[in-house]
Amino acid sequence: MIGITAYGAYLPRARLQKQVIADANAWFDSGLRGLAKGEKAMCNWDEDTITMATEAFSDAMGRAPGQKLAAVILASTSLPFADRQNSVVLAEAMNLDTTNLRTMDVTCSQRASTSALLSALDVAAAGRGDAVVVASEHRLSKCASREEMLYGDGAAAIAVGRDNLLAELVDSISQPVDFVDHYRAEGRDYDVGWEERWVRDEGYLKIVPRAVTALLERTGVAAADIAHFVMPTDQGTVPGTLVKQLGMPGTAATDNLLQTVGSTGTAHPLLLLAHRLEQAKPGDLLLVVGFGQGCDALLFRATARVATWKPARGVSGALAAGVAETNYNKFQSFNNLIEKELGKRSELDKNAFLSAMYRNRALANSFIGGKCTSCQTVQIPKAHYCVNPECGAYDTQEPYPLSGQQGKVATWTADRLTFDFNPPAYFGLVVFDCGGRLMMDMTEVDPATFDTGATVSVHFRIKQIDSQRGFRKYFWKAVPVR
Amino acid sequence: MAKGIRDKVVILGAGCSKFGERWDAEPADLMAEAFEECLADAGIEKNQIQAAWQSTGIDAFSVGPGAMPLSIALRLPYIPVTRLENYCASGTEAFRAATYAVASGACDIALAMGFEKLKDTGYGGLPQRSRGVTNDMYYPNLSAPGMFAQLASGYRAKYKTDKLDLKRAMAHVSVKSHANGAKNSKAHLQRAITEEQAMNAPMIAEPIGLFDCCGVSDGAACAIVTTPEIARSLGKRDLVSVKALQLCASNGEEGGFGNWDGSYVATTRIAAKRAYEEAGIKDPRREISMTEVHDCFSITELVTMEDLFLSPDGGAVKDVLDGVFDADGAVPCQIDGGLKCFGHPIGASGLRMLYEMYLQLTGRAGPRQLANPKIGLTHNLGGFPHQNVVSVAIVGRYDA
Repeated sequence: MIGITAYGAYLPRARLQKQVIADANAWFDSGLRGLAKGEKAMCNWDEDTITMATEAFSDAMGRAPGQKLAAVILASTSLPFADRQNSVVLAEAMNLDTTNLRTMDVTCSQRASTSALLSALDVAAAGRGDAVVVASEHRLSKCASREEMLYGDGAAAIAVGRDNLLAELVDSISQPVDFVDHYRAEGRDYDVGWEERWVRDEGYLKIVPRAVTALLERTGVAAADIAHFVMPTDQGTVPGTLVKQLGMPGTAATDNLLQTVGSTGTAHPLLLLAHRLEQAKPGDLLLVVGFGQGCDALLFRATARVATWKPARGVSGALAAGVAETNYNKFQSFNNLIEKELGKRSELDKNAFLSAMYRNRALANSFIGGKCTSCQTVQIPKAHYCVNPECGAYDTQEPYPLSGQQGKVATWTADRLTFDFNPPAYFGLVVFDCGGRLMMDMTEVDPATFDTGATVSVHFRIKQIDSQRGFRKYFWKAVPVR
Repeated sequence: MAKGIRDKVVILGAGCSKFGERWDAEPADLMAEAFEECLADAGIEKNQIQAAWQSTGIDAFSVGPGAMPLSIALRLPYIPVTRLENYCASGTEAFRAATYAVASGACDIALAMGFEKLKDTGYGGLPQRSRGVTNDMYYPNLSAPGMFAQLASGYRAKYKTDKLDLKRAMAHVSVKSHANGAKNSKAHLQRAITEEQAMNAPMIAEPIGLFDCCGVSDGAACAIVTTPEIARSLGKRDLVSVKALQLCASNGEEGGFGNWDGSYVATTRIAAKRAYEEAGIKDPRREISMTEVHDCFSITELVTMEDLFLSPDGGAVKDVLDGVFDADGAVPCQIDGGLKCFGHPIGASGLRMLYEMYLQLTGRAGPRQLANPKIGLTHNLGGFPHQNVVSVAIVGRYDA
């Protein structure tokens, strides 16, 4: 038997109030007011599909270095790199054992995540080992568009394998159909959609029932026995309509998180699945749909373990950690939707120097320092000579990952002079509980409560964006533990 | 056992350009301005200079690399000329090189020239620049005030200093320097300010406000050094000699190991101890007549008073507020306005400080002349509080 062994999620902390989008744009399109309910998760300037993926992965799998997996698959339609495997960055940031690890980016459809999940299940079924699918999305939308009201940013991770299952796979089906409810062409930033009523009537209400009915028939499961129907869509009424049409219980329709997160694209099926797994009881049947140029449908049955196993924070935790953002201009700025004066200090050349980046990838990608085998001193960066003046031994340091460690803030400031997309720039000296200290950037700081002594954990974030060459550099930043 | 530099070399002449936003001036203009004053003061011909050192901190924004800018600007007669860069200690480094050259006997008369042309960037503050390919990968996104603001948070945490009390002491540091700068016609900023202005100025990097920051200036300063014997043979009286020249560079320990808490600068303490030993100073607070320290930011000056052992640990806030370092205090600091108001053309700053000490010690400081100073200390701090290079120079009357 194969199935789900762990799940996790991540939502950016900022939650843009949809009302402020409508307030800014309703003069042009008064119809936006009808969508101005609730909030949506919004990436900080230093978050993207990869950084969110690292958080979702950690939520499900923890931060222990050297985890042995058969495959890591990253599903997204908003990958930072079109030709640099994004899942490899994820794997190195998570310090995975890479001696035999299949990595893959799956993209080009809202269904990419469920298709990736099917592939991961195949890996597990083949006996190759456990596999993790992370779906992450940071989609752009035009100012004053319906998409701007509906889309949100977020990520979810589902681990699959053969042992310690939280939910076993009953069966699955995939039915591709070239139904173009929306598309995004090569070289374009924004989606182009079609009328919602057509998408609903000809898409959701015909394509989904066809696949679901076929799957239920094949498995002999009655629709009435489905406890959780994961049906990602940005149309609020569709899940309820489908539940009724298919004969599932009304309680099976999941909260689509449209008013709390927004539609997170291809991350949405796994995000909703993770959310529902938090609530599932042993024996519950979960039917997961991926919709986009056809339909993937996967049927899981929760095991006893689902009641006891929990992610580090999960969807509920991520939902609760939100902070309301009412500055629409900040959202536009972070997403590069307006031509903004960033100041002359922003014009510094930020070339990535790929050869140096490669040499230093243990530090930059994985936050690996050194531990002196002679005096046990932890230090970062790792160096030839031990930093302990009483020791100073040469070449005695073993790699020592600090990415899962917490520390205390010894010194800090909020810098308004240096260029930052979200000023002021916080940075300071972090002293790690395990030893080692580093002067480093900080992010997601609450100015009112932050001071020396604050406990922080470290997180993989965008460090610099080289807009001249379209590159972005990542590094680890300290975030206050809340 | 090394005997040190004490009294082996004297300042034969010194010069300094007007500091400030010198929109009118090329680096060569600034150098010539300082050099003409210096040469006339020294009373020698240009061709008597046998070696020269040029200090510039940020070459890309002024003149490019190498030593030719100095050599060409002054039309030096095909002598050895070397460019030195060691962050904000660059000026003192040029002076150290010239002093050592004379002390070694390798040459009789040497020139140290520091300059910087910072005001061609199009924005306020220091030029935004790379810290090096690898460092840029993990160094925080910093500005100079941001890095030095770390001292304030560390100091506050260690001594449980009230935020407002520290800010008030920082304001006093700046008010004092503005008052001093107002008496200096070469200073960049010559306007007195009030404590309220300093405390309410726009925030730059918490808790450093605009008036906690030194001027970013164009300027040049230089000194010609020789031996006491040669100076005497040239008819010089009232000689000012070098008593100590120390430099200390961080090795990464403060930021990477141990107990450094951000409330002090470890290298300053090490360099100061060595300098006091070299100069034979036992009780700095009593023996030092005046200081020019690296007041890039008010908080830097405040902790430097402790690092130079002029204030007890945790005692600088009180000493500052008590006026110990004011022009009429026990140990006047930044009597020429300091980096704060004279300005901070990086490569020139160390030499500008020595210029002021030289003027004071020879009784030529005009309206800001102190009564009978005997020993002056200069201090430069380049880099960041946790990772830096510090120079401490002590000069004094040759007969003192």
